[in-house]
Amino acid sequence: MMEKMIFGRYVPADSVIHKMDPRSKLIIIFFFVCVIFLANNGVTYALIGIYTFLMLGFSKIPIRFLYGGLKPIIWLVLFTFILQLFFTKGGSLIFHWGPVKIYEEGLKMGIFISLRFFFLILMTSLLTLTTTPIEITDGLETLLNPLKKVRFPVHEMALMMSISLRFIPTLMQETDKIMKAQIARGVEFASGPLKERIKAVIPLLIPLFVSSFKRAEELAVAMEARGYRGGEGRTKYRQLSWAAADTVQIVLLVVLTILLVLLRS
Amino acid sequence: MDISLKSVEYRYQANTPFERLAISDVSIDIPSGTYLALIGHTGSGKSTVLQHLNALLQPTEGTVLIGSQEIKAHQKNKNLKAVRQKVGIVFQFPEHQLFEETVEKDIIFGPMNFGVSESEAKRRARVALKQVGLGEEILEKSPFDLSGGQMRRVAIAGVLAMGPDVIVLDEPTAGLDPRGRKEIMDMFYSLHKERGLSTILVTHSMEDAARYADQIVIMQQGRVAKKGTPEEIFSETAELIQMGLDVPEVVRFQLKLEEKLGSKLDKIYLSIEELSAAVSERLKRGVRS
Repeated sequence: MMEKMIFGRYVPADSVIHKMDPRSKLIIIFFFVCVIFLANNGVTYALIGIYTFLMLGFSKIPIRFLYGGLKPIIWLVLFTFILQLFFTKGGSLIFHWGPVKIYEEGLKMGIFISLRFFFLILMTSLLTLTTTPIEITDGLETLLNPLKKVRFPVHEMALMMSISLRFIPTLMQETDKIMKAQIARGVEFASGPLKERIKAVIPLLIPLFVSSFKRAEELAVAMEARGYRGGEGRTKYRQLSWAAADTVQIVLLVVLTILLVLLRS
Repeated sequence: MDISLKSVEYRYQANTPFERLAISDVSIDIPSGTYLALIGHTGSGKSTVLQHLNALLQPTEGTVLIGSQEIKAHQKNKNLKAVRQKVGIVFQFPEHQLFEETVEKDIIFGPMNFGVSESEAKRRARVALKQVGLGEEILEKSPFDLSGGQMRRVAIAGVLAMGPDVIVLDEPTAGLDPRGRKEIMDMFYSLHKERGLSTILVTHSMEDAARYADQIVIMQQGRVAKKGTPEEIFSETAELIQMGLDVPEVVRFQLKLEEKLGSKLDKIYLSIEELSAAVSERLKRGVRS
């Protein structure tokens, strides 16, 4: 059931996007999320679309796989579309049936907002699909380093992040295992009345909590036994390196931004 | 209850870049009342086979027959609950599945899910607890206050109380001390003998397979590499060693002895008692050639 999830999953491949420095990818995603709000007409949305699909193409992630993973999100996008469609008023009335009224502005907003949503999801998935969790945390730690001056615990945050990312697969595996053990004991997770199904979660959650706490304790002991003393003076095994391709990507985004500013209405 | 796997194939995460063939063309017959050991290295597909035995996984090709219920690839299968009551699985580290406030509640959880009345379930809990060698005084304790070994026994009791006809054991003694191992394995063996429970043991341990099983299936890289009785399997030791598998200590001793004597005993012996009897017999006769 969780087999098709693509969030937070890394798909190894040999592509330009995979090889980029995690710092540049993070910066690009951060700015992309802001820049996407500049788009407000057909041309600008088309530009963003071209940019997104260009990046997808570079990443060599199989489209079929992306499609399978994004299917559940399509519903969310559709829901946003319908909400906008029915509840935005303005422009001329294009459809009228009983109490249902659809305005030109509603259709436009519906399409634009769901497109924005869709592109955002594509780009952020692209980050996690092409960057290992360790790279992301490394990148984030370096980017946030200046915050150390104001005593923000950057290293600790990064460590927490990498630990939680590291244990997602473990937790998934364990969930799967305990679920199967309880199914074998007659629990039905997927069928039956809602009330029963909610009750069925208890035999799953309690063992998961118990083992997570146990694991956290063991991990802490193991780290201390290996002399972990926090981030002070700690060196890195993986060195981040900023290449020409990263600069090119940043420039590309800047060009996109300028075009958006010029072409928006 | 007979179980039979017919050319079963299973792929994890089919149709994604992560697709992985776990087992292919696996055919195993497990007639009622058999004690079958499933042996193989980590990643040989043992656990995947195991999960087909009570329909936790549906084959991507082939058919699994559990009693009269047929589970086929490419179709929705119904009424799996009945199958699951009849086939109890003791997973690796079964203590991880405990969750209730008291030992009693945890043991009756399985039976009650299958529609057994509370009073009957409680009666079964007491019987099962005795079978796994624990006293009734722990019924009211929290399972999380018990020792690791006790927790494992409670979890096993929870499966036994369901009243299965077939019991599937996935490395039931992993992480136990030698005494605990022997106690648990002997317990399952006596259940098998007394109640005629079909038993399927998934294990790394050749010793256990040789001692308890009457059928052995060796898995390698997702396929059945060899099957037969322990005598058949262990009479071809060279092949086992080539597959990187262990040979039981008794068999190894017999082989060394035969090498020293320069002659063979009449057959392969699988327990120290039988072997020593055979050797002393031989010594009495004084036959050396």
